[in-house]
Formats: sequence, structure tokens, C-alpha cells
Amino acid sequence: MSRPLDWQLATVTAIRPETPRVKTFVLGLPQFRPHRAGQHYDLRLTAPDGYQAERSYSIASPPEQTGEIELTVELIDEGEVSGYLFDGVAVGDQLELRGPIGGYFVWPAGPADAPLLLVAGGSGVVPLMAMLRHRQRAGLRNLAALLFSVRTPEEVIYQQELEALAAADPDFKLLITYTRRAPPGWAGYRRRLDAAMLAEAVALLPGSPQCYVCGPTGLVETAATLLQAQGLPDAAIRTERFGPTGS
Amino acid sequence: MPFVNKGFHAKRPTDGGHKLPPGQYETQDFPVLTAGPTPRIPLVNWEFRLEGLVESPAKWSWNEFNALPMQSFNPDIHCVTKWSKFDTKWRGVSLDTLLEHVQLKPEAQFVMAFSYGGYTTNLPLADLRDGKAFIGLEYDGKPLTAEHGGPARLVVPHLYFWKSAKWVQGLRFMAEDEPGFWEDNGYSMHGDPWKEERYRADDEPTPDNARFRL
Repeated sequence: MSRPLDWQLATVTAIRPETPRVKTFVLGLPQFRPHRAGQHYDLRLTAPDGYQAERSYSIASPPEQTGEIELTVELIDEGEVSGYLFDGVAVGDQLELRGPIGGYFVWPAGPADAPLLLVAGGSGVVPLMAMLRHRQRAGLRNLAALLFSVRTPEEVIYQQELEALAAADPDFKLLITYTRRAPPGWAGYRRRLDAAMLAEAVALLPGSPQCYVCGPTGLVETAATLLQAQGLPDAAIRTERFGPTGS
Repeated sequence: MPFVNKGFHAKRPTDGGHKLPPGQYETQDFPVLTAGPTPRIPLVNWEFRLEGLVESPAKWSWNEFNALPMQSFNPDIHCVTKWSKFDTKWRGVSLDTLLEHVQLKPEAQFVMAFSYGGYTTNLPLADLRDGKAFIGLEYDGKPLTAEHGGPARLVVPHLYFWKSAKWVQGLRFMAEDEPGFWEDNGYSMHGDPWKEERYRADDEPTPDNARFRL
């Protein structure tokens, strides 16, 4: 029995483009350990001269998907690790990983839990997607809403799956806001997150929701402050920040 | 021989004279990492306390605290989320200065820093003494902003930066080590970046963390 955080050598079994700058890496694990939705893995690259770089990546797949995990990675300009993953990694390659890690930004996911309000900016949707996939695979019926802020229609990670989920599940509401350019004929939000938008999202969820906010620092600061102003207790607002340095 | 990723090389050599701890990369930004909403503390209500295993507790208001001797310090800082930032510019009060105001009981060996908003983090007392730790009030020549922990945060540059409690309200001196917020969530009880003490499983085995699972 290995220790929970030993490094292990995963094998890339598939690579899926999600958007022009985002890819999902499916990784077969010799030691799969069930994770909780919202947790992350650390990934370590080692150069021939011994130099090592590590980054944390949220798990996109639900705990029900056993034997492998999916990490959805955004290509960062000058990103040392994301750049290598995008250019240097193919199906069949191996990558060193350890995890799952994190005990705070996780959704406990019981049927009696409060409604779930997820607020994402860009690739901040990844750990929230794990929560939605877990909710679906576990057959949970908690009311849930995802408010997803993206710049352009090309940048909606998991778009088809999210739209299909929203179409099939009356207890899940998908709210997308486009901050730079919306698709033709778009009737929804086309602005940055603001108080009115968050109030509308909260109003979809009778009873005080548990909130998970993930994205760039500015968006997370704004959303968390506005949710506090809606009267939600601090303890109901969990945040995770993906800075521009999260390469 | 560790696993080697073919074709992988360091992309960004670090500034001359600085060293990166293992697994870290240099950033020029100052990323913000916080588990919940940012507390905003009116200065008229602010206070800082030293309590626990002391002969008598000490307490300062904002004005009293700002009257203490201050110094500049320019540390390299290292976040467990892998970024490091060199030559940060701070002003604040050394913990050595604060400790002159209390008589510690001999059994005091550990410290719990506690913050507005409920955050806590634990440190060995030895890691706060001898010029190793400060209460930072200014960053880059300006009052420390709320996102970065203002009006005042603990700054312990030689440990991962989650030990540098934002919005710090006081320090409690203890005889035994106890986990704070992130430590309870699986992070190291000590957090030395040079030993890569990121998670509880990276700490030296003890009966307590041997049974700990993330």
C-alpha cells in the first residue's frame, strides 16, 4: 500500500481539444485513489539536467470515473508546464502525478445538501465541472446553477456537455455571460459579472446556496464580495483563484 | 534515477543571485490566494493581540501598533501553489519587537496565528524569532491592500506563504503544535519550501500524520 501522496507515473490515454487554448488530458493511473469533486493533482516535469517544475491542475473527471483522471489545462503564454503539455505530450507518453490533494474547495455532495451555486471565469470552470459531473453520475438532485463568464464564444470549455446537461436536467441552470463578444443572436448576458447577475443566479436557488467561485483573481474578488452583499454567510462562499501565473 | 520528460527544459532562467526552491517558478505578479471572501476591517476596530502562554496578554490598537519601531525588509517569497517572487518590498514590525512586550511562559513552543475572517495557521515559535518574521503593514511603499491581507499580515518569508496569515489579528502561544486552517486540510505542519514540505504527507512521519489522509 503506497502512501497517499507518492508520485506515480500516469500514462496519457487520450488528449481532447476543448477550445483553441484548452485541452483535456486523460491519464491512466497505476494507483487510482477516489477523489472528491474540486480536488487537484500536482504534475511534475523533470528535465534531463534534473530541473523540475510542478503545477497544480484541477481534476475535471468525477470520482465515478475510476482508474483514470482527466485534467483540463489552459495554455498560458510563456507557460513552462502548459507549453510542454501542449507541444510535447502525445498519447502513450508518461507524466508524473501525485494526488488527489485539497480538502477545502470540495463539494461534499449529499442528497440533503444545500443548492449549489457555481461561478466560473474561464478555466476556473474545471473543478466546478467535476462537481456537476459528480452530481449527475451520483444521481443527486440538488438544485444547481453555473454562472460562467467567458470572453468569446470560442472559449466556452465543455460547451456541448454543459448545454446537454442543462437541456436534460430541469434542476440545473446554465447561465453564460460573454464579456467581449457574444454569439450571433445571443439573448443572454453580455457583460462582466455584476450584482444584478448574481442576484438572478441566487434567485434560481431557493434556500441559501453553497457557493463555489473559481477563476481569475479579479472575477473571484468581485463575485465573492457581491455574494456577501446578497446576504450569504462567508462560510457558504468558497473560492479558488486561478491567477495569470497559473501556468 | 527519477523519471525524465523527453524534450523538457527550464524555460525561464531565474534572476542572477536568486534561487528557486524545488518545483517553484518565478513570477513578477503578486497572485492572490484566499479560501473565501476578503474581510474588510475598519482601522478603528482593528486590534492586534499576543495571548495564550504569556504572563499577561498584550494588545495594540491601530495607532498604538503604528507607533512601534518599524523596519523595511525585502524577502523572496514562495507560495505552495508553486510561484515565487523575488525582492518583495515591505515595511512592518519585527516579531522580535513585539515579543519584547510579553513574558512568554517557558512551555510556549508553538504559535497559532489567528485572523479576521477566521483563518488560522500554526508555526513553531523558533520560526518567528531572530529577524525571521514580521507583521507587514506596507507593501511596495503603500498601505497593504485588503486582497493581500491588509491592513496587517504576518510575513514569514522562509516558510511557504500560507503561513504568512493575512488579516492577522493576533498570535496565541501554545505548548503543543496544533493544525491551523490549511494544515487541517492536508497541508504541512511546517511548510519549509527548501525541503518541499507542501502537504502533511511530506512532513517527517509522526504518529499524528501517519494516519492522516488527504
